[in-house]
Amino acid sequence: MRVNFTVNGRPQEADDVWEGESLLYVLRERLGLPGSKNACEQGECGSCTVRLDGVPVCSCLVAAGQAEGREVVTVEGLADYARQRSEGGCADGACGSAGSGVGLDAARRWEARPSDGQTGEQGELAPIQQAFIDAGAVQCGFCTPGLLVAADELLERNAQPTDADIREALSGNLCRCTGYEKILDAVRLAAARQGEAV
Amino acid sequence: MATTGTPANLTQGSKTKGGIGESTLRPDGTLKVTGEFAYSSDMWHEDMLWGHTLRSTVAHAEIRSIDISEAVATPGVYAVLTYDDLPAEMKNYGLEIQDTPVLAHGKVRHHGEPVALVAADHPETARRAAAKIRIDYAELPVITDEASATAPDAVLVHEGRDDHHIGHVPHPNIVHRQPIVRGNAAEAAERADVIVTGEYTFGMQDQAFLGPESGLAVPCEDGGVELYVATQWLHSDLRQIAPVLGLPEEKVRMTLSGVGGAFGGREDLSMQIHACLLALRTGKPVKIVYNRFESFFGHVHRHPAKLHYEHGATKDGKLTHMKCRIVLDGGAYASASPAVVGNASSLSVGPYVVDDVDIEAIALYTNNPPCGAMRGFGAVQACFAYEAQMDKLAAELDMDPVEFRRLNAMEQGTIMPTGQPVDSPAPVAELLRRVKAMPLPPEQQWVTTEGADVRALPGGLSNTTHGEGVVRGVGYAVGIKNVGFSEGFDDYSTAKVRMEVINGEPVATVHTAMAEVGQGGVTVHAQIARTELGVTQVTIHPADTQVGSAGSTSASRQTYVTGGAVRNSCELVREKVLDLGRAKFGTYHPAWATAELLLEGGKVVTDGGEVLADLTDVLEGEAVEVEAEWRHRPTEAFDLRTGQGNGHVQYSFAAHRAVVEVDTELGLVKVIELACAQDVGKALNPLSVVGQIQGGTTQGLGVAVMEEIVVDPKTAKVRNPSFTDYLIPTILDTPTIPVDVLELADEHAPYGLRGIGEAPTLSSTPAVLAAIRNATGLELNRTPVRPEHLTGT
Repeated sequence: MRVNFTVNGRPQEADDVWEGESLLYVLRERLGLPGSKNACEQGECGSCTVRLDGVPVCSCLVAAGQAEGREVVTVEGLADYARQRSEGGCADGACGSAGSGVGLDAARRWEARPSDGQTGEQGELAPIQQAFIDAGAVQCGFCTPGLLVAADELLERNAQPTDADIREALSGNLCRCTGYEKILDAVRLAAARQGEAV
Repeated sequence: MATTGTPANLTQGSKTKGGIGESTLRPDGTLKVTGEFAYSSDMWHEDMLWGHTLRSTVAHAEIRSIDISEAVATPGVYAVLTYDDLPAEMKNYGLEIQDTPVLAHGKVRHHGEPVALVAADHPETARRAAAKIRIDYAELPVITDEASATAPDAVLVHEGRDDHHIGHVPHPNIVHRQPIVRGNAAEAAERADVIVTGEYTFGMQDQAFLGPESGLAVPCEDGGVELYVATQWLHSDLRQIAPVLGLPEEKVRMTLSGVGGAFGGREDLSMQIHACLLALRTGKPVKIVYNRFESFFGHVHRHPAKLHYEHGATKDGKLTHMKCRIVLDGGAYASASPAVVGNASSLSVGPYVVDDVDIEAIALYTNNPPCGAMRGFGAVQACFAYEAQMDKLAAELDMDPVEFRRLNAMEQGTIMPTGQPVDSPAPVAELLRRVKAMPLPPEQQWVTTEGADVRALPGGLSNTTHGEGVVRGVGYAVGIKNVGFSEGFDDYSTAKVRMEVINGEPVATVHTAMAEVGQGGVTVHAQIARTELGVTQVTIHPADTQVGSAGSTSASRQTYVTGGAVRNSCELVREKVLDLGRAKFGTYHPAWATAELLLEGGKVVTDGGEVLADLTDVLEGEAVEVEAEWRHRPTEAFDLRTGQGNGHVQYSFAAHRAVVEVDTELGLVKVIELACAQDVGKALNPLSVVGQIQGGTTQGLGVAVMEEIVVDPKTAKVRNPSFTDYLIPTILDTPTIPVDVLELADEHAPYGLRGIGEAPTLSSTPAVLAAIRNATGLELNRTPVRPEHLTGT
């Protein structure tokens, strides 16, 4: 089958998709976006977390066909997504309330620069990406893309999360290297920097 | 010596930024947060095929027949391979003993053993074709424990063993046995006022690295193959892969891909040979990626163990003797079992002074899943048992458990049970003091003005208690881990360092075969090069087999050994650079001949800080390059009868204090805090050091309260190969982990550093267990603790 959807602001078309293929497989193997990771294929580890119409989902559990006509944001598009959100403030709906996610209008108005991700050309990082590097929250890095997408979504709906909020929001993302302490540090750091910037 | 000129730039001031001791950031950090970092599962090649491995559904059976006809006929399938297709005389591999068949031959010895391979144009096509292969198994009785392995009529897991351990083991189903006898434990026992014994059980833990086994093999025109793979030791892989492919090693060109964690689980081969076989057979690139289910069968696990301990002490709290017997289940293939036995026995006393010991450790061959390397490597199981014994002794003597440990703590100069003196700082008592001195977390943190925040309670959002039935406990533990490969192994590393001017700036390039698995070795190599060569720009060349071996990213050894090799090669490069400088500018300033010269801040400076030349001037038009091997002090084998020998290079010590709250009605445990104090010798990168300690601590927490591969004792089949059923700690399960880092230099090691990665995994588990015992009053001789062990239901 053919699947049409938008990834990081760009319309994408995937052909010859087998009905059993997951959104994760199509992103990784058909669209050249391997940033979302496959570590369990059971929705337990969160390594494949992407935004689907603004809502964080395990893309391994979403059938590719379910993404038809919808908006997907992956780690490759996170920097631009965050930049456009910050430029647009909350008025464009990018900071929508929990659960409602990004409005379609808002999502359509931003798009990834052609330099991101796939060309290897380095653009500016999202605040949460920079915070992960600065806090030492990255070791092997396999869990990092999913955690970044989940943590960015947390900070979008809750600019001042408590530790308990952070733990709850990231409880679906396994990390085997860090013991999570520096991931907590990173989210606190990103929140603090976000607060200073306002 | 002719003088050729004067340096162009003599601005004073030369401090190099980003050298050792600073928390410099990872060079791969940006790629890892943007999703561009290429892990082994991200490899892609035009026209590539997908490989799939068919694995045994039974643990022990003869293979009567294999019918691949239907699989071969499946559209989209390019190749189906079985044992009969193996191209070379050599059909087995193994880290130390080549007992592991590339594909099963006539027999399978454990659940999930590879039997056949399929290559197809889509992973699902390959999987479905593999499911059409018909295998006729005639099941054999399974060997699952010491009793069944050593019974008089026991089936031999491996017939006709001819490895170098067979001569000293009491039964062919025992891989290796290491006794250690020192002093006279029986006599010393007579001096004891109290004697405590215990039988302890340690469950099978999985490394559960997040990036599953994967890689891409690309066939080459010269008949060789390129392999992009995630591993811990490229050259060890190469040594095992090439003979099975029937290729000389130079025709198997390996490059390290991004590694999604390792923790010991990538010491053994997984898909490497299989992908190469399929690529060479089909003439196309072949990618194999395990899913999580397969990953549980695709690598070895931590040895489960049964440990029997006896300790005695005088009434004033001095240990008199220790006797122990440690039985490790190695499963169907040897893997790293012999070395795990050596560690378990030589570290079985723990970081304590005991002169009279009688120790025996063995590893079994069984039909359980193969077990081998995992962070802590034999020392973890022993630490769980001897620390439980320390608490029992303290209770028996009515002493404080920390004071009892401090009274018996080893220190520099203590003689190990192997007869080897500990010749660098061993601040065991100090680590215990520090971890005990940390402030305790407040009681009943769940209490809020509205009642209770269930997120802070055992059971969490399951809302199982608002504080009723919840009791707190505090427990302590300390451990000792060896650093580096032991027992006489030639444990060297190789570094190639190049220095040149690029775009008007001096740049160092460091090329090693070290596997960066997340630990931050690449960060440290760049720091060492900056410190030694005084440059800012350091390029880390990808790890491959075009440079000499770096040894394994294991045994807490890489910063020590490959870090040592990088420093050594940098020193050799520096001498060459200074020779160049002397040749160019030597007569310009007498200090070139007389002073101790350093490279700092892109300049040649005297030890007095005077700048003699810019490196750009010295290196103009020249590149300096050195590739050299570096070794730490040699070690010796342990005597096979007495266990005596200077077997270890260095030791690493950590202590933990665990604070837990237990819902005694439901048997649910919440670890509130897990504080750690560790001596690291010298923290080359403090941020990474703390990250290692917290990560290692959390893996110890996992095997204390949740992680266990459950193997059915009747069938030897794995019952929980998934992240739904094998639980690793989430961010909700993991407490705050305050870390106190002590830096007492080991004068034998580069920069005084101490390998640090494993020690925190040792003491974390027994500290949590001690805290749960303290909360509940239960004996708890097994880990992980399950709810039913706490409720008795």
